[in-house]
This record gives sequence, structure tokens and C-alpha cells, in this order.
Amino acid sequence: MTPTPSIAVHCQSVRRSFGSGDARIEVLRGVDFEARQGEMTFLVGPSGCGKTTLISIIAGLLDASAGDVALFGSKPASMSSRGQILFRRSHLGFVFQQYNLLPALTAAENAAVPLLAAGMKHREAVDRATAMLQRLGIGEKASVLPRLLSGGQQQRVALARALVHEPRLIICDEPTAALDHKSGESVMELLATAAVHPERAVVVVTHDNRVFHFAHRIAHMNDGVITHTTKH
Amino acid sequence: MNFVAFRMLIGDRAKYIGLIFAVAFSTFLLQNQISIFAGIMKNTGHRVIDITDAEVWVMDPQTRYFDENKALKDTDLTRVRGVPGVDYAVRLFKGNPVARTNTGRFATCVALGLDDATLTGAPRHMILGSWEALRRPHQIVIDKAGYLMLFPGEPLELGRELELNDQRVEIAGISDALPGFVSLPIIHARYSEALNFQGKQRLQLSFVLARAQAGLTPEALALRIQEATGLKARTTWQFAWDCVAYYLQNTGIPVNFGITIAVATLVGLVVTGQTFYLFTVENLKQFGALKAIGVTNLRLLGMILLQAVTVWFVGYGLGSALAATFFNITLNVIATRHITLLWQSAAGVGIFMLIVVLLASVAGLQRVLKLQPAEVFRS
Repeated sequence: MTPTPSIAVHCQSVRRSFGSGDARIEVLRGVDFEARQGEMTFLVGPSGCGKTTLISIIAGLLDASAGDVALFGSKPASMSSRGQILFRRSHLGFVFQQYNLLPALTAAENAAVPLLAAGMKHREAVDRATAMLQRLGIGEKASVLPRLLSGGQQQRVALARALVHEPRLIICDEPTAALDHKSGESVMELLATAAVHPERAVVVVTHDNRVFHFAHRIAHMNDGVITHTTKH
Repeated sequence: MNFVAFRMLIGDRAKYIGLIFAVAFSTFLLQNQISIFAGIMKNTGHRVIDITDAEVWVMDPQTRYFDENKALKDTDLTRVRGVPGVDYAVRLFKGNPVARTNTGRFATCVALGLDDATLTGAPRHMILGSWEALRRPHQIVIDKAGYLMLFPGEPLELGRELELNDQRVEIAGISDALPGFVSLPIIHARYSEALNFQGKQRLQLSFVLARAQAGLTPEALALRIQEATGLKARTTWQFAWDCVAYYLQNTGIPVNFGITIAVATLVGLVVTGQTFYLFTVENLKQFGALKAIGVTNLRLLGMILLQAVTVWFVGYGLGSALAATFFNITLNVIATRHITLLWQSAAGVGIFMLIVVLLASVAGLQRVLKLQPAEVFRS
């Protein structure tokens, strides 16, 4: 099956196991999954069903034991190690559950990290990151350290970091898990308005059913397979 | 990303100060103890080095160091003079009389009796007066430290009197003698007068000082003298090192300093190494996030090495500055006036500390390189 141009992520029969012999656990047991550009696709399911493993493989942070993963028609697994890193750096943005902001950097500097990693000059990178923070409504916090920000504000900084280099795919891992309902709703609204773009796909792993209404599609996962996909 | 590495390092002030303190403390302790040890050992050879006119020292074959010698026969001087290649040979008396001031203050001294005719071995660094005044009767030259020991708090002044073994002598000059292992006043006098500063013994010639003729090395002359006379002959530097070796072998100083230096090395290795290693390990989550975002392992290596070199540079600089300040202060204390921060110690400690932080960073780096970026998805 050849992915159509609008399909950003295409996973076919993806398997992943950990350990060997009697201790071998098969976490993914033949996953078929798609995420389209211009859409926010949710990956939902109970804890331990393999959601995090699947997005790690999609992001190129973990190798699949079997099966194919294509991102925008390219197969990162067939690239060299350095090629995979460069691909990830330019095409992917991440939002983590625990934000993973660098505590010593200001909000703007944190948001600028992908640009700095790509070799952009510090001043230019921070200016662009500050503009992104303004777009996300926390421009006034640009020079503030993460420990002085609320959880919601920190997640916005993480969102700015994920968006600043204009990636084609954004992967969010439980972006609302550490937030109260109001802050979570606010972050999801931002994600829906700022991240969703005709040229970009957003994959969100969550089990917070209060935010399901933001999804264009929801892939339901259980016991290492996608059981069904619903369109909203 | 160098900026990010630097900010990660200094961002947590407590950890950063802890790292810098560990490196600075180890640097200070190592430089300090090594330099003091080397300085004290160097002092043991100063009485020999201070006599710049001598190239070869001739002594009883059983003599092991300067302060322990058995007198030679007067005829030994003539025998040495008869060895081919000797430019000149003169006698030197060394005694330890007690010098007493008019006020009753007294101190055991090192009295050096110089050849009456040539005054070979006279102090060449004079602070006040002239060594040539020794040609006059009952005149001595005393070193500044000794003067201040006998006349504490008083200005340097010529013409003051001392009594040595009922002999009244006048201070005709104040020299800047190198300090010895023990802080004793150093008195220079003519040979014939110095003999009277101490109780009369049958043999009184402590050493014969000789110089080689042009074209002959001191080492070669020393060998010739040994073969021709059966006496022990050492060049100035050989004899100075003999003194150092004697104190190394026969005192507890090397063990004492050795333990301190070993502890300082261990502190440097364990505290500095472990602190830096833990610093890197505690930042694993941050490094994981950077790896996920697309920072290469090579770039992470550069970041960690930059952090290591920064810690070394600041910590070593601070520790060295502390050590230099310490020695600058002790330079003004008479007993420690010649104990300085040795460049060899500074350089050696610098290299050692750099190796320690680099090893610690490599150990931490192993964890960073092995870190799966997917770990960042685990809360």
C-alpha cells in the first residue's frame, strides 16, 4: 500500500517486542496506523497498551522489530543514524507529558532549542522563539525561568519549542496529563489553533477523554493493536 | 549549543558552586602540600647551595649530609690541593655555637669559618654592610633571619655585639642567606676566629671547598679527588641532593606529607570526579530531551566536555589563586620565606585535575550516549 500525499504517518504491521526468551514481551502486535496532514489524530487506550512505544517508533526514537513506518513518504528506518537525527530535527516537534524544559534556560531560550540545535545564531533563534511565545499568548514570560511558570505556561513553552522550527509532524505525549482541566483545555485549544496546519500532522497520545472533542480522528488502541479508528 | 551547555552548568548555582569548590579545594590542597614539601626538602640543601664559590665539597667518607660531619686532618687540605685539575682548594669550618646578646637572649647558630686569606664561601647577598669587613678582627656577618631572632622587633643595625664562647664579636654585615631545614642564625666569620666560637677539638677542618681548573667539570674533579685522596668528594648539587635524600630517608616528613598529598589526591579524584559525574547523570532527562529534539551525540559530547573544561578552568584558577595568595602571605614569614608555589606543582596539579574532570565527564557521557531518547516519553 503506497501512502497518499496527505498521509503524514503511515504504519503498517508494526511490531515491537522487548526482552528475549521467556521474558520476551510483545508490546506492539502488528499495528496499522495513519495520521493525516491538517488533522489532529488522537491515539487513545488504556495504560500499557503500547501507545508510547508506537509514538517512539513513529518519532524514530525506537526501532520497530518488524513492519514499516513512513513519514511523508520517507522511511526514516532506512536512513543512516545521522540522517534519522537530521530528519527528526527538521521535521518533528515534540510535546512531552513532563514538559522536559531545561530549567537553566528562559522560556524563550527553551523554545529556541530546536533552532540552536540546527545551528541558528543565538539572537536570531531567541527572537523567533519569542515571536512564537507571543503567538501562544505568553510573550511576556519570554525571559522567565520555567520554575517560575505554572504548569499550563510551561506546557505552552513546550508547545512553542515544538512549533518554532515549523515541523511537519508534532507528536504530543499526554500533553494534558500534568494539568488541571482548565489548563489542559487551554493547551489543547492552542494545539488545535496553532499546531494544526494543512501541511502538518499532529499526533496526540492521551487517555484524557475530556479533550477527545479536539480530535479529527481517534485511533483506539488495546493490547498492542489498533482496534478501530473513529472520525470526528 | 555551547550556550545551552554553559547555561545548564551555571543554571543550578548550588551544584555549580559545589563543583567549582571541589576542584578549587583539591587544587589548593595539592599545590599547597606539594610546594611546602618540596620547599622544606629544598631548604635542607640550602647551606650547601648558598656557598656559591665551591664547586666540589670534600669531606670524610662517612659524611651523609651537611649537618653531620667528622672533621678532616689539616693535611687533607694539602692532599686535595695536590690533585691535578684543582684550581684552588680552601678550608671551611662548620660549628654550632651558642650566640648570646647583651640582653641575655641566645640562640644556637650555624657558624661558618671561611678561609682567612680568600674568604671563599662568604655570603654574596648582603642586606647591610660588606662581607669584606670580615678581614677585620672580631667581625662577623649574620643573616637577617638570625638577626631578627636575636634582636626581635629591632631595626637592622651594624656594630651590635654578640658573645660566642666568651668571644665578643661585632656584627659587620647582615646577609640574605637562604633558609635551612631548621631556622638557626647563620654566622660567617674567618676560619681562625670561628674555631674559637666552639670548644677546642683536635681536628677542626669540616670541609675542603675546591674549584676545578678551566676545561674540567666539577663531576670529573670530584672523581679525581676521591680516587687520589680516599676522601668523599661531591659537587655542590650532588651534596645538596645528598642532604635532601638524607632527610627523605631519615625523617617522617615524606610520610607525613605523603599522606596529606594522597588524601588530597583522593579528595580530588573522588569528590571532584563524583560531583561532576553526578551532575551529568542528574541532567540525563535534559540530555534525553535534547537527543529526542535532534541534538547529535557528537554535539552532546562537545557540550559535556565544554562543561568539564569550564569547571576545570574556573576551579583550577580559583584554587591556584588561593595557593598563590597563601604563599604570598607566608613569604613574609621568616621561617617560610623561601617556600613558594612551584610552577612544576602548579602545572602537575593542573594536568591532574583536568584528567579527573575529563574522566568524570567521560563516565557521565557513557550514560548520556547509551540513553535511549525514547526515555523522555516515560514520566
